[in-house]
Amino acid sequence: MKGFIIKEFYHIFRDIRSMVILFGMPVVQVLLFGFAISNEVKNAPIAILDHSNDYVTQQISNKILSSGFFQRGDVVRNEAEIHEIFKKGKIKEVIIFEKDFAKNLEKNREAKIQLIADASDPNTANLIVNYTNAIVNNYQQEYFDGMALPVEISTESQMLYNPGLKSVFMFVPGIITVLLMLISAMMTSISIAREKELGTMEILLVSPLKPAQIVIGKVLPYVLLSFINAITILIMSYFIFEMPVKGSLVLLLAESILFIVMALSLGIFISTVSNSQQMAMMLSMFALMLPTILLSGFIFPIENMPLALQVLSYIMPPRWFIVIIKAIMLKGLGIQYVWKETLIIAGMALFFIGLSVKKFKIRLE
Amino acid sequence: MQTGSLEHISDNNGPIIEVQDLVKKFGSFVANDHLNFTVSRGEIFGFLGANGAGKTTAMRILCGLSSPTSGNATIAGFNVYTQTEKIKRNIGYMSQKFSLYDDLTVWENFRFYGGIYGLKTEKIRERTEELLGRLGLQGEKNKILKEIPLGWKQKLAFSVAVIHQPKIVFLDEPTGGVDPITRRQFWEMIHETAKEGITVFVTTHYMDEAEYCDRVSIMVDGKIVALDTPLKLKETYRAASMEDVFLKLARAK
Amino acid sequence: MRTIRFILQKEFRQIFRNKTMLPVIFVIPIIQLLILAFAVTFEIRNINLVVVDQDHTTTSRALISKFKAPKFYTLKSYLPNYDQAAELLKKGQAHQVLVIPNGFERDIVKDSKASVKLVTNAIDGSAAAIMNAYGNGIIMDFNQELVVESMGGQDFKQPMQVSYSYWFNPELNYTTYMVPGILALLVTIIGMFLSSMNVVREKEIGTIEQINVSPIRKYQFVIGKLLPFWLIALFELAFGLTLARIIFSIPMVGSVPLVFLVAAVYLFAVLGIGLFLSTLANTQQQAMFLAWFFAVVFIMMSGLFTPVESMPYWAQQLNMINPIAYFIKMMRMILLKGSGFADIARDLMAVLIYAIVALSMAVWRYRKVS
Repeated sequence: MKGFIIKEFYHIFRDIRSMVILFGMPVVQVLLFGFAISNEVKNAPIAILDHSNDYVTQQISNKILSSGFFQRGDVVRNEAEIHEIFKKGKIKEVIIFEKDFAKNLEKNREAKIQLIADASDPNTANLIVNYTNAIVNNYQQEYFDGMALPVEISTESQMLYNPGLKSVFMFVPGIITVLLMLISAMMTSISIAREKELGTMEILLVSPLKPAQIVIGKVLPYVLLSFINAITILIMSYFIFEMPVKGSLVLLLAESILFIVMALSLGIFISTVSNSQQMAMMLSMFALMLPTILLSGFIFPIENMPLALQVLSYIMPPRWFIVIIKAIMLKGLGIQYVWKETLIIAGMALFFIGLSVKKFKIRLE
Repeated sequence: MQTGSLEHISDNNGPIIEVQDLVKKFGSFVANDHLNFTVSRGEIFGFLGANGAGKTTAMRILCGLSSPTSGNATIAGFNVYTQTEKIKRNIGYMSQKFSLYDDLTVWENFRFYGGIYGLKTEKIRERTEELLGRLGLQGEKNKILKEIPLGWKQKLAFSVAVIHQPKIVFLDEPTGGVDPITRRQFWEMIHETAKEGITVFVTTHYMDEAEYCDRVSIMVDGKIVALDTPLKLKETYRAASMEDVFLKLARAK
Repeated sequence: MRTIRFILQKEFRQIFRNKTMLPVIFVIPIIQLLILAFAVTFEIRNINLVVVDQDHTTTSRALISKFKAPKFYTLKSYLPNYDQAAELLKKGQAHQVLVIPNGFERDIVKDSKASVKLVTNAIDGSAAAIMNAYGNGIIMDFNQELVVESMGGQDFKQPMQVSYSYWFNPELNYTTYMVPGILALLVTIIGMFLSSMNVVREKEIGTIEQINVSPIRKYQFVIGKLLPFWLIALFELAFGLTLARIIFSIPMVGSVPLVFLVAAVYLFAVLGIGLFLSTLANTQQQAMFLAWFFAVVFIMMSGLFTPVESMPYWAQQLNMINPIAYFIKMMRMILLKGSGFADIARDLMAVLIYAIVALSMAVWRYRKVS
């Protein structure tokens, strides 16, 4: 038994290319997500078409350009050019000040600004318009300094759990989940399918090792690998992105192990139903990766999806795990808040183990 | 079956394979240690040795699949360093690993391999009929290879290797894992091929098969330790069979 | 040319005889398109709001009723104090809590000044920003009404009037934006994975030896391996575009032939990468991992899910070598905005260079002699 487990370790660790990918991938992904992937609008290129060119419009323009959200892009000389410049894709928004802006403001207390956004990316367009609007509003209040509203309700906004609105807080739990799923489920399924293909599985099956021992031997190295990866990601997110672990670290690690066990049993199950590596890969790809990334709330909030997909997401293990990680890491909650999710994952693990054992027995008979 | 008769061998244009001081090293391991031999046109040349003696390595060099470390070799007059592509045009090869496509039919395999050797479609059709006819497998032409028993597949692989009527055909352990009857039939095919003037270069570790060759070389640990006709070898080593010859040589080291 | 024809013939036979391939080619795109198009959205469609009304006056109730009007707000419950509401935030049952303090109405009447508190779960930072903006907007509107009321019903206008228009997608429909990107993804995945597995497979079953020992030329082999997947992927694109048109009625403002021209060039780059990886790997498992690794990095950086403009400078520079980023950008430009050849010429050129480099590398790395 011990020798057998050692053999499995050798198999995995000797393959340097796989090793690089297994340990390099988490690091690269955390860095990518942490630094590069975000929805925040920063330095969006805009054009300002100033028909008035007075000190008010210049002040507003300066405010907008120095906000950090925007930067000056290509120049637009007239309205007719807007369409062309949008087609080139270089500009996200055009701000148009009407003629005699300051004069109108003084005289009539009414001056017009038009915002035209390239809404082919609707999310960004929405944000950009909102930001511009807010900056103009702010300026307006400064400009009419004395102009206090006759009635004023102030809103104290509080951003709970993530005051800095960092994207990384949203993504780290997702990355941990995806990687654990990938390494545990995909790797085991492929590695067992490989033994089947090469015929070495037969040798193991006729050996005096019990099926349970074979499975444990196959799975143990991956448990370790996944666990190391999970810890690597946690350390990186803590030190590089200052993502807190507000709750109990022990609970977090215990939940991770539970999830790893679940993913491994899923991997074993996939390998029992597939006969070739290629099939195991295809199944893992389409049955694991897409749902893990898309239907788990990793990047896209589940609540915004149509009902059918929301229902589908209930049977996706990662969905529950992501809830657990967020609760422990960011909200600092204990088991009393996540026992339901924990039970669901445990139940899934048992379900897959049961199915695999049944399949395995049939094969043996 | 005729053995040892050399009447189909013609040496009028010089040897078709010439190997001089051929060395192949993998790091510090010497797989082929100064090999020297020649093979004549139309000859059946047996390349014998235990597993790991360096047979496949040498054969891969002669086929242009790998480069020698030092020494010289010409195949059909072409140099193994510089003219590998010309060599490939003139040889056929059947590898140790079964190498037809399992998910294609017999005909599709023939058409593909004939096609990449540049045969005209008409010619491929003609050769396929001829080769299948010889094997008595015309009925299997449209069967997917997966459904065909191993022994037949080996014969088909051999036919594919000679579909373009090469000057030399290299066979790497062609009879591995085949039953004795099929092996015998296989050697009959080899002899018929040789009669057509195709030189056959064959590796094997079945010593009884050596008896079917015109000349055999025996390799031990990367070196050729004996090379002659089977009859002469048995005389020299005073052995009853090639098996005994081999055992004497292998133990002598 | 004849040699290439024989390879093509063989590859197609193998692809269409493989029973697992056909579903991969026909069924998966549909599923992928459906799931992705519906799942991938940042639109906020539902905000669960918990109200803590400690004032219990007509004014506080009037404010609350304002939150009932928009479709995306769901009033989850009314709770007497913030602690209880915070519990729902913790459990994830509420997104936002509105706290109206005791004396809210009194303050407005007496001092013309009052405050409320709006607490938002901000783990998803960008969603939180939008939810917060929505909530603030409603409160501001309410404020405006009070102002109008206090001025005796006289119309009150902001001096600086900002009007806005959203071009190319006035309804801000997110699906319209995503579908062209998803199609690009689909074509990429099919092309990259099938091609990267292909040569390795021949290595594993040993047929590559038989081919290496034949006088076939390297470029013939690579072209023969490449064209089938090129055609399949282009077919996929046509299939996917048709589906997208029927199911999501996405606009096709620009020229469809231009889309296919771009795709045709792009696919040579992707297949070149796939084949190159294939020549590097010794087993299908390795090829799969390599392809997976590159695909994930390229896709995440491509701007498919999050805008390229939001990335830091170095990441945007890195995208210069990301073929998927070019392709998605061009697909969106052509289909959504009707950009023409001149608008995309630079990007197309970059992809063309990419294709040439990737293919040369594949030909160079493929060794007939070991």
